[in-house]
Amino acid sequence: MRRSFFRAPALPYLLVAPQLVLTLVFFYWPALQGLYQSLLIQDPFGLRTSFAGLANFAAVLADPLYGNAVRVTLVFSAAVVAGAMAVGLVLATAAAQPLRGVQVYRTMLVWPYAVAPAVAAALWLFLAHPSVGIVGRALVRWRLGWDYTLNGTHALLLVVVASVWSRVAYNFVFFLAGLQSIPRSLHEAAQVDGATWFQSFRWVTLPLLAPTTFFLLVVNALYSLFDTFAVIHALTKGGPGKATETLIYKVYVDGVVNLNLGSSSAQSVILLILAVVLTSFQFRFLERRVHYA
Amino acid sequence: MSSPGPLRNPHGAVALPAPQAEELRWRLRRSLRFVPAHLVLLAGVALFVFPVYVAFVASTADLPEVTSGTMRLLPGPHAAENYWKAFVAGTGERIRGVPMARAMLNSLAVALGVALGKIALSLLSAYAIVFFDFRWRAPAFWLIFLTLMLPVEVRIIPTYKVASDLGLVNTYTGLILPLTVSATGTLLFRQFFLTVPDELVDAAKIDGAGPLRFLWSVLLPVSRTTVAALFVVLFIYGWNQYLWPLLITTSLEKEVVVVAITKMIGTGEALVDWPVIMASALLALLPPTVVIVAMQRWFVQGLTETEK
Repeated sequence: MRRSFFRAPALPYLLVAPQLVLTLVFFYWPALQGLYQSLLIQDPFGLRTSFAGLANFAAVLADPLYGNAVRVTLVFSAAVVAGAMAVGLVLATAAAQPLRGVQVYRTMLVWPYAVAPAVAAALWLFLAHPSVGIVGRALVRWRLGWDYTLNGTHALLLVVVASVWSRVAYNFVFFLAGLQSIPRSLHEAAQVDGATWFQSFRWVTLPLLAPTTFFLLVVNALYSLFDTFAVIHALTKGGPGKATETLIYKVYVDGVVNLNLGSSSAQSVILLILAVVLTSFQFRFLERRVHYA
Repeated sequence: MSSPGPLRNPHGAVALPAPQAEELRWRLRRSLRFVPAHLVLLAGVALFVFPVYVAFVASTADLPEVTSGTMRLLPGPHAAENYWKAFVAGTGERIRGVPMARAMLNSLAVALGVALGKIALSLLSAYAIVFFDFRWRAPAFWLIFLTLMLPVEVRIIPTYKVASDLGLVNTYTGLILPLTVSATGTLLFRQFFLTVPDELVDAAKIDGAGPLRFLWSVLLPVSRTTVAALFVVLFIYGWNQYLWPLLITTSLEKEVVVVAITKMIGTGEALVDWPVIMASALLALLPPTVVIVAMQRWFVQGLTETEK
């Protein structure tokens, strides 16, 4: 811990003031307003507002469309987290080998992080379009009845693929950093003991990667819950029907398009609780790192 | 005797002695060992390059070729006109949008504003929290720290309300300021500042340097890599923002590239100007790609250390 400090009566306050003011204005104030809004009910014309207690929450939780959004979110998130982590791990494992030209590979795999999720969605839309896209036309030609604009399963598959595609680079970076921090002597010891490559991977690499894996699990879950809005908005707008309407997308639709502020705020609060739970998991990881680093 | 034939030593037609052949075989196996890794990596690279390559081909093709689905996988002769339409006019035959030149300028303003703003804010607050012993130190830290809990997306609608009450709709200030609020930068600087030895502070004091002089002449120079790392991560973050710009801008004048592209696509009908849209998409991913590739080392450092 630090023992030497500067002493000045006003300076430290002036230094933290800008960030604190912005945090209060754009963070705590809106968060409180959202919380307050979630307890109010507005009539359909927005003329009168009355206190409603937890009625908005009850209505949201009883709404079958909300149940649908929960299901879509669970399937979507599970697929995105699993897909992005699996592909990231496989690529990182290969890129951790002492290969010729490995630096080029690494650049080529880190680079996609630059592609905005919405731009990734645009690229995949152009590939998967049933009448224009190269991949989409091939799928149609193989008589798979591919049309993500009509078929909910196809639409969900497409948003998953585009989201995974734009998230692999992130996982690659972290897995590679994790793999590089494993001392080589451990693998050599396993080899001396006659372990095959797979055994050494299963019993040495994976356990030592556990903190990285756990961290990525949480961060990817947060990503799939919140940051995939762009992908869904660009690709399917939640459709066809409600097949790709996730929780965050429903917050947007109910709040911005349907102008049902009470319901939208209640949904935001539910998501907020979810985010708090997930980030507190992340903090435990962070704490460990801070202490031991 | 093993492996006769091509394996000969320089002295004549005597087959190699067993140990030497053994070593050759070992070398061969060693170089073959990495073939699977190369294949995996090549497949991975192809997976990421392919969609971009197809977009590039489309951006050089003409509209009928693309909409009829007869586009080949080789670049065509229409690059100049498509990129011109995307960059300068922002319109094709069937879409009207904002010129990419304008949208990219907006995105650049947002990316730089978010990156530099967040770095400045968090540098100052972390400096106060680490190097000063003041009464409200712990509450200030916790107020900032807790913002990690809430992604912008969760409190997006009330934040919009606040921003519009402040008259920030369709302004750069409105685009940038709310995105600069987060704890990641402060945490990163705090962590780094905690490693700065006390002796440095004492030495500065003995030399008669005040706290601001210390910040400017001692701390900032040693924080260079942290600043660079944070800059890359935040630049990408700012450039790729979607939901907030979508809400806070209603005029084409202030539209950012990422939003402009999805607006051009609209509902994704077959007949929109795909060549112009794909040219725009490639223009949109060029600046962040250049930043990442040019500053890869700092990027990886920044990403793995901010953990967000």
